[in-house]
Amino acid sequence: MSKINAALIGSGNIGTDLLYKALRSDWINPVWMVGIDADSEGLARARKLGLKTTHEGVDGMVPHMQEDKVQICFDATSAYVHGENNRKVQEQGSIMIDLTPAAVGPFCVPPVNLKDHVGKRELNVNMVTCGGQATIPMVAAVSRVQPVSYGEIVATVSSKSAGPGTRKNIDEFTQTTAGAVEKVGGAKQGKAIIILNPAEPPLMMRDTVHCITEDEPDQAAITESIQEMIREVQKYVPGYRLKNGPVFDGNRVTVFMEVEGLGDYLPKYAGNLDIMTAAGLRTAEMFAEEIINGTLVLQPEVA
Amino acid sequence: MNLNGKKITIHDMSLRDGMHAKRHQISLEQMISVASGLDAAGVPMIEVTHGDGLAGASVNYGFPAHTDEEYLRAVRPHVKNAKISALLLPGIGTVPELEMAADCGVDTIRVATHCTEADVSEQHITKSRELGLDTVGFLMMAHMVGPEKLIEQARLMEGYGANCIYVTDSAGYMLPDDVTQRLKAVREALQPETELGFHGHHNLSLGVINSLAAVEAGANRIDGSAAGMGAGAGNTPLEVFVAVTERMGVETGVDLFKLMDVAEDLIVPMLDQPIRVDRDALTLGYAGVYSSFLLFAKRAQQRYGVSSRDVLVELGRRGMIGGQEDMIEDVAMEMAKAQGVQQ
Repeated sequence: MSKINAALIGSGNIGTDLLYKALRSDWINPVWMVGIDADSEGLARARKLGLKTTHEGVDGMVPHMQEDKVQICFDATSAYVHGENNRKVQEQGSIMIDLTPAAVGPFCVPPVNLKDHVGKRELNVNMVTCGGQATIPMVAAVSRVQPVSYGEIVATVSSKSAGPGTRKNIDEFTQTTAGAVEKVGGAKQGKAIIILNPAEPPLMMRDTVHCITEDEPDQAAITESIQEMIREVQKYVPGYRLKNGPVFDGNRVTVFMEVEGLGDYLPKYAGNLDIMTAAGLRTAEMFAEEIINGTLVLQPEVA
Repeated sequence: MNLNGKKITIHDMSLRDGMHAKRHQISLEQMISVASGLDAAGVPMIEVTHGDGLAGASVNYGFPAHTDEEYLRAVRPHVKNAKISALLLPGIGTVPELEMAADCGVDTIRVATHCTEADVSEQHITKSRELGLDTVGFLMMAHMVGPEKLIEQARLMEGYGANCIYVTDSAGYMLPDDVTQRLKAVREALQPETELGFHGHHNLSLGVINSLAAVEAGANRIDGSAAGMGAGAGNTPLEVFVAVTERMGVETGVDLFKLMDVAEDLIVPMLDQPIRVDRDALTLGYAGVYSSFLLFAKRAQQRYGVSSRDVLVELGRRGMIGGQEDMIEDVAMEMAKAQGVQQ
């Protein structure tokens, strides 16, 4: 079966973890990795695995995109540079899967709204944040049962798994996640909190989701909906687990999640990488399928 | 200890850290009356925010009686001489809230991170300096790392533009020597014009002596709280600290008797429970646990029938840091399951 050639922009934690997952994909063929540091460990790994690399940013790859038929790019850099990266690769006719919290394109949280993106001819979709991918399915699991007036998520990741991009973009992380708790999760008001915990050995990603329902929560229906949604997420992140809850306290519904990664790049504690990269890849595969079956035709703006 | 002739700046926490003790339910009238009283007593700096800083309003930390903006706008016109500060924890609060606080007329922004995570404060410290505000980098839970790490993190914040760095004993765990060692090291590492501060908690009843050790080591800003109103067993009780410093010849510019009156006549009648070293607060100081976990652990005991002390010790063992209030209920549920307690 043919695959669609893809480029990974960003050679940090997310980009490198995504590389390993993309190499196993039936639809995506990673051919380029773009970095900005010649000594980057991610670029060295990519070269070893047979990808072309550049340490001159997107500009180092753009002249080769046509010849190498790059049709899908993943941006795993930072919200600050995403706009420019996006413009440059779209000029070359590539779709952009945005793994930064820039939120230029519409949000995609696969178990909740991947199907909404089918056939839309979107050239940029945003994967929210790792915290968003881990929690928004739970908010949606409650809001599909009954109206949620307020959704709040607390994402805790180990310090080691939060790279410089995440740290420089911490405001974008909370703002983008809160926005997607509303737009994708279905809460009328959204709030997001992120904690970086430096404990050794590193803690596994933890996510606490609080929903306030408008009326008294239907405990049985919500519990069932949550269990069903967990099974959906587990299809692409097997280590996504309910640790405690759901707790029902008045109109508050709280679930305590744990996300164990596959350990592709960072060890298994860094489930925050996996849930982001697996979601990004899942989304890219949907687009790749559309390109292959001819329903999505991409053309460079500059011949 | 000879501190004679030293000049220090006192920073009152009762209307921010004290929010923890009041479950963030301080009324606007109480805010105004305490802030006016502190101002009249010559306290030069007063912090006003949700206990967990700007945008702390949440299920996780508690919804306050009023928004940060309502508190700041209410208090500002009543404070004539003191500077007003707002706290911001990156990951909770963001630049737009910082701008809101600046618009409300705060003079100082304190950007607080865990003591190893200073690099999440760049956006906020940069913005605060850009707005021309007195800008503090606040390293929390500083007992968890040694002087070398604190130096590295303090320099990051200084590099982003903080003109004052705090070493913060959020768990009230440090012994006086711990304070001396850390503050001396950080003092030597920072530019001479960068100020140094210490924020203590009274969980081991060491708030006053630790603050004196900090002054001796070169700190010139000291946090405390009238009547100690703050998380855990409270902050360094400010009126006690001022009395001691006055006897030692330290200049604070604070009118001791007026401050005592604020503590006794305004703060004490507001308290929902006495601020004291009870069993759980002592556990915080003994086990090195974030002070604002106190009331959450007590509530978890009520709901899940597990010992709040055991919950706190377990949180400390797991290396939980400031802001992880969600893990209190999680740990309590796990302990309840293990003990076979019916929920």
